[in-house]
Parts: sequence; structure tokens; C-alpha cells
Amino acid sequence: MSNTMNNLPSSANRDRALRIALPIIVLALVLVIWEAVVRIGQLPPYVLPAPSLILQTLIADWSLLWQSLLVTLLTTVEGFLLAAIGGVGLAVLFNQFRLLEYSLYPYAVILQVTPIVAIAPLLLIYLPQPLAVLACAWIVAFFPVLANTTLGLNSTDRNLADLFSLYGASRRQKLWDLKLPSALPYILGGLRIAGGLSLIGAVVAEIAAGSAGAGSGLAYRIAESGYRLNIPRMFAALLLLSAAGIVIFYLLSLLNYLALRRWHESALEQER
Amino acid sequence: MPAPAASSSSVVALRGVAKTFPNGTAALAGLDLDVRQGEFLSLLGPSGCGKSTALRIIAGLSEPSAGSVAWGKQQAAANGKSRIGFVFQEPTLMPWTTVFNNVRLPLKLKGLAGAKADAGVIAAIERVGLQGFAGAYPRELSGGMRMRVSIARALVTEPDLLLMDEPFAALDEITRFKLNNDLLDVWQALRTTVVFVTHSVFESVFLSNRIVVMAARPGRVFTELAVDAPYPRDQSFRTSAEYAALCRRTSEALSQAMSAGGKP
Repeated sequence: MSNTMNNLPSSANRDRALRIALPIIVLALVLVIWEAVVRIGQLPPYVLPAPSLILQTLIADWSLLWQSLLVTLLTTVEGFLLAAIGGVGLAVLFNQFRLLEYSLYPYAVILQVTPIVAIAPLLLIYLPQPLAVLACAWIVAFFPVLANTTLGLNSTDRNLADLFSLYGASRRQKLWDLKLPSALPYILGGLRIAGGLSLIGAVVAEIAAGSAGAGSGLAYRIAESGYRLNIPRMFAALLLLSAAGIVIFYLLSLLNYLALRRWHESALEQER
Repeated sequence: MPAPAASSSSVVALRGVAKTFPNGTAALAGLDLDVRQGEFLSLLGPSGCGKSTALRIIAGLSEPSAGSVAWGKQQAAANGKSRIGFVFQEPTLMPWTTVFNNVRLPLKLKGLAGAKADAGVIAAIERVGLQGFAGAYPRELSGGMRMRVSIARALVTEPDLLLMDEPFAALDEITRFKLNNDLLDVWQALRTTVVFVTHSVFESVFLSNRIVVMAARPGRVFTELAVDAPYPRDQSFRTSAEYAALCRRTSEALSQAMSAGGKP
């Protein structure tokens, strides 16, 4: 009996240690095998570069890759902010004016279900390149914010809504003091999806843009390195893109946690 | 349309009120009900007898399909609706903000803010026994405490008429007894008129001066019982022979009402 009781905390700790250690061990194993395969098989770098070479490339080309990363990140952040403002704003307008929702919602869906890869070349014809890339990032990221905010605004507690009516709340009060706070967890969920998607949108548009000159983003670097068979640099740029995606995801998770930790189930710490 | 005035001692009078929902369910038919000044009135009945619907109609949250709702002179002057407090079945609190802001909500919505209003908020929180919890979030409170917050919110506007829709149905019996006692204390201190919807015979007898027993399908008044036991009522009343006798009588009335109700 007492043995099991004593084991509980230590087994929880061990579980947490394993959660961190195991992925690292897997990564190390994969890297070692990868490196070994390349060295033993004497594979040329344009077929498969060794991890050590990718790291060297990352360091050697750092200034170039860093500049490209900044370009892509700027587009991503701009696209994300526009998606956040546009998505929440349009959802609020739809919620307040039903006729507007009936008129426009189908087109928001069409924009969402048409693959962005297919839209990007068209945008590049009509818009200057940076603007086209931004538009792509926006189109991809905007719909989840719109859809989630709409869902959130419609999920208001009916009794609370009755209570607001009972005390003669105005439309504005119902929106700001009831609907938007109720929708906040949904909005933040939408933003978390939008963060990753705006990076995808930016990358897709950069690749579609292809032969652009200076000031090009990471995706363009990948495409360009591909043409030049500079495979190590392709891997290095890909590594940076993944890292950027992870950072965006965790920043938005942090925002989610900070905004909801006092009250929403999704952000509560386990206390049982 | 000016509603006919109710008799002078009534806070509100329902005459021939009917409610049929769009799906064809007749929740109420021909309901006559007078709520008298200062009384603690319970609406007792099986589920489906329309007692919650009647409460929502009084509150103006639902429109009757037929019949009239007439307010007493005093209430008509104050525009009836604005003098109502409502307590729902669930605590119905805003989870994203504190107890203080939840209780302050009615004042905020009516555009009454400022130091005087804030003092009233604190007073309402203390009246329901939640001193020191003004800064807590609803999720940090127990079910009984959340219901107390909900009652404080209903009291903060100093309503003439407090409408309560099975407020303690989801609570355990110990918590419910405690809240019953405290609710009676509050009622005696404030002399507010209360309409209390319940399906518990024991709760209705313990709390009210008058019990209206309702029958279902369609919802209507079946009979009415006076509970003459004097206030204050406390634990000794709950264990008295008088209480037991009253409960038996009320129970019998309720079973007659249930056999009189239409088949589900």
C-alpha cells in the first residue's frame, strides 16, 4: 500500500523526464545513423548532405539565411495580423448584420477551399510581388480566425444573454461585455491555427514567385538552392523555417495561456 | 398598449396567460396568478408544468401567446421590468471575470457606476456571506458559493420582485438547507417579494407563505396552499411536527396535481 503511495510522485517525475528525454534520444539516433550512412556510403552532398555539413552551411551562410528569414517572418507576421484583424472584424460584422453574413460567407468559404498554390500565380500577375506574397499569407490564415470567431460569438450562454436583456443591455454592451469575452477562447484557438497557416501561405507564395531578385525570403532561398543543386543550403533553410514555425506556435500558445489561465478550462493547470 | 392595472396589493397579476411554443407544445393555458406584495410565493409542480415558463413571462424574457400581465401601481410607475431580479437554475456567471464584476453587472448595464454603486456591490456580496471573495473567479468557488454570487447579483439592484427558477436544484442537500436558511434571512431583512420555482415539496414548505401547486400538460394552477407557520423559520421548524404535517398536505396536493395532469 504505502509503497504505491510513495511511488506516485516519483513515477510522475519519471514520466515527465521520459517525455523530454525520449524525443532527444530519437533525434540523436537519427542524426548519428544519417551521418554514418553518408560517410560509409560516401554519398556526395548533392545527393544527401550529412548533418554536420548542414550545420556548417547554416553557420557559413548565416547572414544570407538570416536576411531571408527576416523577410519571410515579416510577411508572416503582417499576414497574420491582417488575418486576425480581418477575421475577428468580419465575424463581428457578420454577427451584427445577418444579411451581410448571408451575402459574403459563401465567398469566404470559396476563398478557403480553393488551394492557395493555385491562387498564388494569379495574384502575382495582378499585384506587385511583396503584396502578392502578403495576400497569400492573409488568405490562408484568415478563414480559421473567421470561422472560429463566428463559432465563439454564437456559443454565448443563453441564460447570460437573457440576463443582459433583462437589465436592458444595449447591442454594444452585449457585444463587448458578453459575446466577445465568451468568444475569446475560440478566437485564440483560431489565431493559433492562423499563425502556422500564415507561414505556409508566405512560403507558398514565395515559391510561386520564384525568380525574384534581392530581398527574397527563405522559401525563395530553398527554390534557388534547388536549382543550383546546393542541397546543404536547402536543408539549412528548411531547418530555419521549421524553427520559425515552432516559435510562432509556442508564442501563440503562450498568449492563449496568459489570456485564459484565470478562467478557461483549456488553460487550467492540473490541480487534482 | 396599456395593461389593465392589478389590484393594489399585487405586485403583478397574470390573467388567462397561455404559452404555446412554435413546435406546438402548450406550456401554459389559462394561468391566473397574483403575486402579492412582500410574500414568498412558491410555484410547485412536476417538470413540464410550465412553472419556469411562467417565471420567464413575468420577467419579460418570454411573451405570452394569450392573456395579460398586469403590474401593480408602484411597479407600473417604475416601469415594472426594471425592478426585477432573476436567479437562474445554474449560477450563470461570467467565467472570465471576478465575483465583484459579476455582481456589479446589472448596475453597469443600467449605466450606474461609481463609488456609491461599488459600495452597494460589496454590501450585496456581504449579504450573501461571501466576504473576502470579491476578487475570486467563479471557477475557484464551490457550487453553493456560485449560487450565492448569483443571488447577490440579483439583489444588487434592490429589486421589488425576485424571481428564482429552481436555483438550488443542482446542489447537495446540506448546501441546499444552508442556502434555504440564508435566503429566508435575506428575504426578511429586505422584505422583497419572491417568486420561487421548485419541484421540492420540502423546500417550498420551508420557504414560502403560499404555495401554488401547478398541473402539467397544459400548465395551469391546480390548487393553492397557505403556509401559516411564523417566521423566522430555522432548523427547529424543519424538524417540527407542524412542518411534517404541512409537507404531507403539500405532497398530497402535488400527487393529485400529477394525476390530474395530461398524459405525457
